[in-house]
Amino acid sequence: MSAPFLAIGGLRLSRGSAAVLNGVTLSVLRGELVALMGLSGGGKTTVLRAVVGLEGFDAGSIVVDTVALSPGPPPSGGPLRALRARVGMVFQSHGLFEHLSVLDNVTLAPLHVGRLARDAAEARALALLAGLGVDRHARAFPRELSGGEAQRVAIARTLAMEPPLLLMDEPTASLDPARRNELGRTLVKLVAEAGRTLVVATHDADLVRDIATRVVVLAEGAVVEEGDPRDVLVRPKHEATRFLLQTKDHGPEPAAPEVRPAAPRLPLGKAPNA
Amino acid sequence: MRGALLAVLLLAACAARAEDGGAVLRWGGDAEGGAPFVEADPSDPSKLRGFDVEIVSLVAKKLGRTPVFVQVAFQSLDQSAARGDFDVGLSGIEDTTQRRKALAVTVPYFEFREVLTVRAPDAGRFRGLADLRGRRVGTLAGTIAWEALVAAEKSDGIVPVSYDDDVHPYEDLAQGRLDSVLLDNVLAARSVRRVAGLAIQPAAVATGRYVVILAKENAPLRDRIDGILMDAMRDGTLKGIFEKWNIWDESQAAFEAKRLAEWDVRRETKISSNGKEAGAAAFPASPSKRIFSSSSLSLVLSYLPSLLKASLVTIVLSCLAMALAVALGIGIASGRVYGSAPVRLLLTAYVEVTRGTPVLLQLFVLYYGLSSVVRLPAFVAALLGLGLNYAAYESEIYRGALEAVPRVQLEAARTLGLTEGQVLRLVRGPQAFRLALAPMTNDFVALLKDSSLVSVVTVVELTKQTAIFATNIASWALPGALCAALYLAMSLPLARLARRLEGRWRAASS
Repeated sequence: MSAPFLAIGGLRLSRGSAAVLNGVTLSVLRGELVALMGLSGGGKTTVLRAVVGLEGFDAGSIVVDTVALSPGPPPSGGPLRALRARVGMVFQSHGLFEHLSVLDNVTLAPLHVGRLARDAAEARALALLAGLGVDRHARAFPRELSGGEAQRVAIARTLAMEPPLLLMDEPTASLDPARRNELGRTLVKLVAEAGRTLVVATHDADLVRDIATRVVVLAEGAVVEEGDPRDVLVRPKHEATRFLLQTKDHGPEPAAPEVRPAAPRLPLGKAPNA
Repeated sequence: MRGALLAVLLLAACAARAEDGGAVLRWGGDAEGGAPFVEADPSDPSKLRGFDVEIVSLVAKKLGRTPVFVQVAFQSLDQSAARGDFDVGLSGIEDTTQRRKALAVTVPYFEFREVLTVRAPDAGRFRGLADLRGRRVGTLAGTIAWEALVAAEKSDGIVPVSYDDDVHPYEDLAQGRLDSVLLDNVLAARSVRRVAGLAIQPAAVATGRYVVILAKENAPLRDRIDGILMDAMRDGTLKGIFEKWNIWDESQAAFEAKRLAEWDVRRETKISSNGKEAGAAAFPASPSKRIFSSSSLSLVLSYLPSLLKASLVTIVLSCLAMALAVALGIGIASGRVYGSAPVRLLLTAYVEVTRGTPVLLQLFVLYYGLSSVVRLPAFVAALLGLGLNYAAYESEIYRGALEAVPRVQLEAARTLGLTEGQVLRLVRGPQAFRLALAPMTNDFVALLKDSSLVSVVTVVELTKQTAIFATNIASWALPGALCAALYLAMSLPLARLARRLEGRWRAASS
């Protein structure tokens, strides 16, 4: 068995006096598709944010490939660059750049970070968009896309930097069942054909059953159960998992409303004749 | 000012009585003008003193009325008289042809000489306006002296500089911002007592007279005051007042003698022609050439070049000040969003202090307050004052706009490997700029109008030029309309441009 591509050990993180992660330990092998399950507030998103370097942590360790993160504030400088070359993340509320077209959203990082020529960057972007079935929207702007389309553009944007490890936060939250199945197949293809490693935080037990090679259940900031989805989901051992599966009929939690004021609340400057 | 307040209260208290018996004589003047004209008594600021105050008391006494003071800014005295804010106006008001056209004006009660004041070491070389080619000469806006300077700009190549008061010109002269000040001998004498190192040139550049002004329909009251003033000349009461205030001299005696002789001739003529109105012709207002023609069209044509020139000052000043405000504003906003705690604290303090104090005060401090440390040219002080002030407002717009860009976009950009600089330049900045555009345009239009404040540091821009125009012709109607049209011509295209830009971006992203 080869060394894990992602190794999290005893990860602790608190916000103020509230402990969010109480010692999460988790290993992901290259080519795995791991589902991270748990109730809202269970720490799924926080784990992903710490791995991608958006959040520091109090204790424990995170190792991605050869890059080791240590407790303290989020990484910066060389370690951060090395980390970013290895991990990509797709956010729940996708965060597409609203002033750029779909194509420009996908080519931005390859052009400015990857230093690709525009032709090459656009060819790669169009291929990715085609693979995800959204290439006909290449000239559209994010506000014109449906939730599912935006989600797939966000995936293409992250894949354009070709990160070996891809983190996804609630990818099916804004999708209907047909779209969800389609996305599931796409993710499986990413792992099987492109050789990527995926960690998907989700509520969606059906998705987990269909695609995950392994499921990890988080409750109150710690891993309480993990294993093959066919075992864990059918014969849950831990109380939290059982509770999670009972409540799954409520469907995925709605996407957090993004702070995006339609009419921006700005200081209006000086009133005329002030 | 406290005197003025008290006077207003008194006026209100007396209003009812005045309606019944006409026992009050409301008189307008500018107590800021100071001694020896009108000033708050230093020993009792609720009382006024000055020779104009004593002349008013004399007139009121003869009319059997009680004088009540109404404070009016010097530049607005004519308009205020025409509106009927007061019955009579006295505050060292000059006798001009335009005033005689617009108002009822009494016989002159004092003759002054417009004299040049220079720094003492320059007394030998700057003897007259002709010696001051290319030099800055200051005076009070809207006076005969100002007209003389504008005329001398053409004939002698001097550079006229206008002030709203008669104190700062002499201070600027002492500090070297001006090379001379042209004002009447009364003000000049007072100022050389106050400011050290100045000398008055004995030769008069022009002469002028002080008069009492009334609304045109008040001609009957004017005629009675004429009589009272002439009687006071004849019996020496006026001489007594002027002696008390130290402004009596031989030339004044000659002036009174001539006035009295003319008065007698005029009265005889008046009686023989059965009370026909004797106008300005009997009292040539100014020995200098007539600057004004009568019809409004020629008025507009004669003033339009100076108004257009002033508009240019307004627009150049506004554009430069806005450029400065935008550049500084972006810096301040970035510092407040990205900077360390001390930087944020410092910038927040700057923004709050700047927004919390009047721009007028900031202009005064920059131009006059700092003049002992750094002597900024007027235009630079105006530019800095407006630019630094508006930078605070712009920075708040940019900060709000930067913070309005959703955080998830910034995080997505960071996880894609963009540096903080790239995130700002490629993701946050462009979106923030679009959000900021509308309030920025709003501010620029406000800045165009606020630029009128810089006249306090002697920059003549559109509003100041209009005020000078209005003072000259004693009417705000035509100059006001022209000025408004020029401001609109500047601000409307701007608002339209901003709407078009916003529209283009909206179209591009939908």
